[in-house]
Order: sequence, then structure tokens, then C-alpha cells
Amino acid sequence: METLVNGKETITQKKTMPGAEAVICSLLAEGVDTIFGYPGGAIMPIYDALYSYQDRIEHILVRHEQGAVHAAQGFARVRNEVGVVFATSGPGATNLITGIADAQIDSTPLVCITGQVTSGLLGTDAFQETDVIGISMPVTKWNYQITDAREIPEILAKAFYIAKSGRPGPVLVDITKDAQFASMEYAYQKCTEIRTYHPIPVIKQDKLKKAAALINEAKRPFLLVGQGVLIAQAQEVLKDLIEKAHIPSAWTILGLSALDNDHPLNMGMLGMHGNYAPNVLTNECDVLIAVGMRFDDRVTGDLSKYARQAKVIHIEIDSSEIDKNVKAHVPVIGDAKQVLEALLPLVKENDHQPWLDRFHELHQIEEEKIINNDLYPQSKGIRMGEVVRHISEATKGEAIVVTDVGQHQMVTSRYYGFKSPHSSVTSGGLGTMGFALPAAMGAKVGKPDRPVVAIIGDGGFQMTLQELGTIFQYNIPVKIVILNNSFLGMVRQWQQLFFERRYSFTELKNPDFTAIARGFSIESQKVGEREQLPQAIAQMLSHPGAYLLEVTVEKEENVFPMVPSGAAVADIRME
Amino acid sequence: MSNTNNVKLASELLEKDQEKRSFNLSILTENKSGLLNAVTIIFTRRKINIESINVSETEVEGVSRYTIVIESTREQAEKVVKRIRKVIDVFWAFVYENDEIFYQEIALYKVPTRAFLNGDNAEHLVRNNGARILVIEEDFIIIEKTGHQHETRDLLEKLKPYGVLEFVRSGRIAMSKSTRRTDLFLQELHNHH
Repeated sequence: METLVNGKETITQKKTMPGAEAVICSLLAEGVDTIFGYPGGAIMPIYDALYSYQDRIEHILVRHEQGAVHAAQGFARVRNEVGVVFATSGPGATNLITGIADAQIDSTPLVCITGQVTSGLLGTDAFQETDVIGISMPVTKWNYQITDAREIPEILAKAFYIAKSGRPGPVLVDITKDAQFASMEYAYQKCTEIRTYHPIPVIKQDKLKKAAALINEAKRPFLLVGQGVLIAQAQEVLKDLIEKAHIPSAWTILGLSALDNDHPLNMGMLGMHGNYAPNVLTNECDVLIAVGMRFDDRVTGDLSKYARQAKVIHIEIDSSEIDKNVKAHVPVIGDAKQVLEALLPLVKENDHQPWLDRFHELHQIEEEKIINNDLYPQSKGIRMGEVVRHISEATKGEAIVVTDVGQHQMVTSRYYGFKSPHSSVTSGGLGTMGFALPAAMGAKVGKPDRPVVAIIGDGGFQMTLQELGTIFQYNIPVKIVILNNSFLGMVRQWQQLFFERRYSFTELKNPDFTAIARGFSIESQKVGEREQLPQAIAQMLSHPGAYLLEVTVEKEENVFPMVPSGAAVADIRME
Repeated sequence: MSNTNNVKLASELLEKDQEKRSFNLSILTENKSGLLNAVTIIFTRRKINIESINVSETEVEGVSRYTIVIESTREQAEKVVKRIRKVIDVFWAFVYENDEIFYQEIALYKVPTRAFLNGDNAEHLVRNNGARILVIEEDFIIIEKTGHQHETRDLLEKLKPYGVLEFVRSGRIAMSKSTRRTDLFLQELHNHH
């Protein structure tokens, strides 16, 4: 058999082998070097085959299948490649669902391979049998059950092609145990075409020209950066375009890090806890250029009061996103990089100085009212913003930062000074608490040369802290920062603002997190005084292995600005 | 046209967009297991009831056509159709208003044979309603009628006095008023991308 490791050899000579081994060989043919997984009865033949290929493919044994899928997501996001997951049937498969749903809504490419009971037992309520095809169908880009070993190479080739191409997403392939055991003739050919699936739309020239005309005539253009920019690797051409016409730009949480934070045209984050200027000026711009984003309700607030004055150009690879939430005057369906490259020569130079000044004026207000106090507080307690500022300064904005869900996520997104793309990993669409620790682990495995800092709340950390075991076993040197306010902080904030301070089940009695870390032989430290912060962060970063830093922060800090749920973006609250 | 007329027209159009009515989705797909579920969960998620569904092979080998009737607004029907087009084994999906298609349903009625033995009313009913007798058994007769829902329902009402044992109606099948050929359309779809 040919060597397949580099993924370039797409066709191999036929060789007889069991289906289980064909699974491993197919992964090698796709260039896979890492699998996150957890064995069990129905996937044992595949694990047995894997045993002979340990020198060519690394398998990370997680502590819970949800950890495997989030790790694969972190891996996929920083590498811009497909993440691979193994799990067994029944509970193994159902434990993947949260992560798969997360990957689906955040367009993350995954191939999840689940074992299944022997085909003769399908539908009999056999031990650990569950209809994972039915369960995962609404949350996968594609799924398929293999009952015949001969299908394995072709289906896996299709799985990788679908997961990665166009708008990426998770794919699940369920393989019955008899198909894993059965002998087959293995040969691999990469999938490059499916007749019902056209992942890269052809750009319509008339739309492109209309878009350029609108941009060229605009007095107050405003560009929104979504994750589509990162997925298409369009960050350079995006920069060229906005610099050429001096278009102020802001990002969705998943578009974060596509544009470096200190770029003069980077006006900050959109949406509910985004920056003041981009939210207010969304309703003052005359042309809104959305690139690779889907107008999520956390970005738009009340749609009936969202950018009604503006002409909307929507650049998007997924045509079902056009007019879904915001009506596009000029939809340009296509790959973000291809579209922006075609648009660049058509766009005229411009300076838009008065318009840019508006952003700076409003930013000034936010700085005085909110940012200064977040980053350099006078109050006694430590604020989340200053912790993030210290981490940002100590890592020079060059770390991969992984966040969980809640207040710390918003604060980190607002204040970490990202310098390079694919550096922010977070659960945006699904808002999955427990995402960060396993995702950080996967990100570090994916990019071992870059520092990876996970910033997590005390609530979310306790949802997947079992993965400390994985970090311990594989010596994955992630830096874990717990911002501990002993509350489910974001829910508490809403209770304070919208439910008359009725703190219904949001206060947590927490364990000693440093003691938990010690149990896994992970170095740790707890700080509660402002003066300790710089030293503690430096110590964490210089430590060669994994490290857990628990920071006691202000108990009832609120994240502002805030567009209350259902309000217009322009009605963003500063307090 | 004056400006006020324009405004009026626009608001009427908008109103029409928001009005709930019948939409016919015609979907060309691969003939694969599990695909029905992949298509119908799109309606489930949006809590749209499927009024009628029919799946059958087309004149192109291996290609199936789904005909799905829903009650919805134009806006929602269009969003659903765009989402259906994303399903991997779907070639294309069309959305039609009732006046953009020709459609039929087929109904079967089982009535006791003795109803036909007492006088000739029942026979007249069959003749006058464009129905036909499919089969005559000793105990029952099965009548078949093709038509729109209100027509097959009318006949049901007329047959009821004779004691209808069982009534069944198929999902709607429909053809658009266009002259495109399915195989050429699929070819064009493929070439375009």
C-alpha cells in the first residue's frame, strides 16, 4: 500500500483488510494526525485497528465524549481543518450531541465516527443501541450509517469533503460493528464532487458591480466581519479593502481576531455586549457591508429597528442566509475571499474622515463611562476586565484565547488585544457552557507552538472539569484562568436588571479549584488582591506545563454596554 | 405611476407576503434512505404542519420528486425552500403558489355493494362526478375519483347517505406550468456550478 500520511496520495492500490482498519487508513489518507475519542463496546474493532497505527496518528483519550467533541472543535478552529472524534454507540454517541450542535451553529468542520451495534440488532433496543442518525440529523451538515464495510472509504471521503467545503459543519458517520469486522478491499479516492452539492457558488458579476457602486457612493459605509472571513482566509484582502476606502469595521464574536485589534479601522465588537460606537452607528450608516455573517439576534437586537436606513450588501457563501434575518439589497453569494478579491479593484479610494470621527467620538464616551473603569478600576474588588488586560499585555496579544460562555466571555472578547487570526475560540451561536476547557485542550494540541489561555467562569468550568484528567495524562500545557465570582454571573446580571434582583438559583458554593488542580498534578494558584495579578499571570505563563489560576473577582460585576434582549442596537445601555 | 400608488402597491405586496396560504414545494432529490427525515425535520423545527406529502420517482432514473403542501406565508415558504436546498442529497427545491401549478389528488371510496342495488342514484353519482368504479366485490364497491380536494370531498358528502365504509385520499401531486425538462434542468444546474 502507498504511504498516505501527507494526504496527497489520493488513490491507493487495493489491499484486503477489515473495515475497522479501513477507517484508520481513510483518516490517514485525509491527512488526519489527531483523533479525540473514547472507546466502548461498539467501536472496539476500530480502536483495535488504531492500536497498530499509533506511530502515525495520535489519539487523545478524553474523560467524557463531550470533551472529545469540544476538543476537536478547538483543534479545527485554530487549524482551519477538520477535527476528528471517535465515540461508541448509545451514550457515547448521545454525549457528542451538544458539541455537534455547537459545531453546526458555529460552522466548525468535524467528522465524528461512532460505533453502532451489529446491523442485525438495529431497531431491537440492543445494549447501547440508540438511533444516532435520527438524533444527530438536525444538528449535522450530513450524516450516514455504514452497514457494509465496502462503503467505508467512499463515505469517509465524502464526510471530509462535506465537513470542510463551502460553509463548514459537523458530519457524523455511524458504523455498525459487523461492518467494522468485515473484510473488504481497501482503496481510497478523495471526494471532490457530489452532484447535489455545490459548496462554492459562482459569483454573479452584476451583484459585484452593484455592491461596488453602493460602496463607492456611500458617505457612511460600515463593514461587519463574520467568521466567514476567517474560514475563507480572507483577512488580508479584507484589510486591503477597508484600508483602500477607509471603511470602519466591526466584528461578530466569531469574526473576532480576523482583524487585529489595534487596526485603526477596527471599531470593535457588535451586538449585545459589543462596543458603543458600532452598535449606535449601525443605525446611522448608509451602506452596511456584511461579510460572512448571519445577522444573529445577539448582533441585531430588534430586527424591525436594525439598520433600516441603510442599503445592505450581504456577502455570504450560504444562500439560505440571504434575507433570513435582514433583507439584503445586494446579496453577493460566494466565498468571502473570492468576493472580496473581485470587489477590491472595483472599489475606489476614499477617506470618510467625518464618518470615522463619529466612531472615535462615541468610543471616547464608552472609554470614559465603561472601559477605563473595567481596565483600571478604583474599586476594591478585582474586575474581569483588568485580568484580561493583564493577560493580554503579558502575552502581547499573541496567545490563542479560548473562552467559555457568560460574562467572562464578553469581557475577554472586548478586551483581549488579538494580533493574529484564528486566535479566538469560543462557543458563539449555541452558547455552550463547559466548552472552554476541552476546546483549549484541542487548540493546544492543534497549535502546540502557541500559548493557549482558557478564560473560564466558575460555573462553566465545573461542567467539564473532568478534562483536567486528559490535560494531566497528555501533558497539554494549557493555561486555565478561572474568573470566580461564585455566581452564574450573566444570568445573575439579567436577574438584577430584568427580574428585580431575584437571584433565583444563580449563586454557587464552589470547591477549592486549586485543590482540584492539585489532584490532577496541575500547578495552581489562587489570587484575590489586585497587586498579586501581574506576578501570578507571569508565573502562570512562564510555567512549562499546564497551570490553573483562580482569580476571585467582584461578586456582582455587570457587563456593559448592553443591548437589552429585544431592544434596538441604537438603544444600547451604558449602565 | 404616482408615488402614493407605489406606496400602496408596496404595502399590498407586503401584506400578501405576510398572508398565510397554500404553498406547494416541489423538491428534486436523490433516491436515498433517511432523506425523507432530513427534509421533514426542517418543517418540524419551524412548527410548520405538512398538509400533504407525496414522494415518487421522476422520469430521470434515481431522481425522486417530493411534493409537499404547507400553509404558510410567502416569506416563510421561501426561507424553508432555501434551507431544503442545503440538504446534501437535494438537487433543487421550487416553491409554487396554487395558480402556478396543475395539481391533482386521487381519492378512493369504499361503499357497500347493496347501495348500488337499490335504485340508480349511486350509479348516477359516479357518472356525474367524473368518478369511476375501480372494483366490485360481493360486499363492497371501490370508487375512484381524481380531482382537487373540494371535489373529492364533495363526492364523499354525496356518498355518505349510502354508508361509506372507508375513504382515503392521496397527497397532492403537481406539475408546474413551465416547459423545462427535468433531465436538462438537472444538467444545467450541474453545469452552472
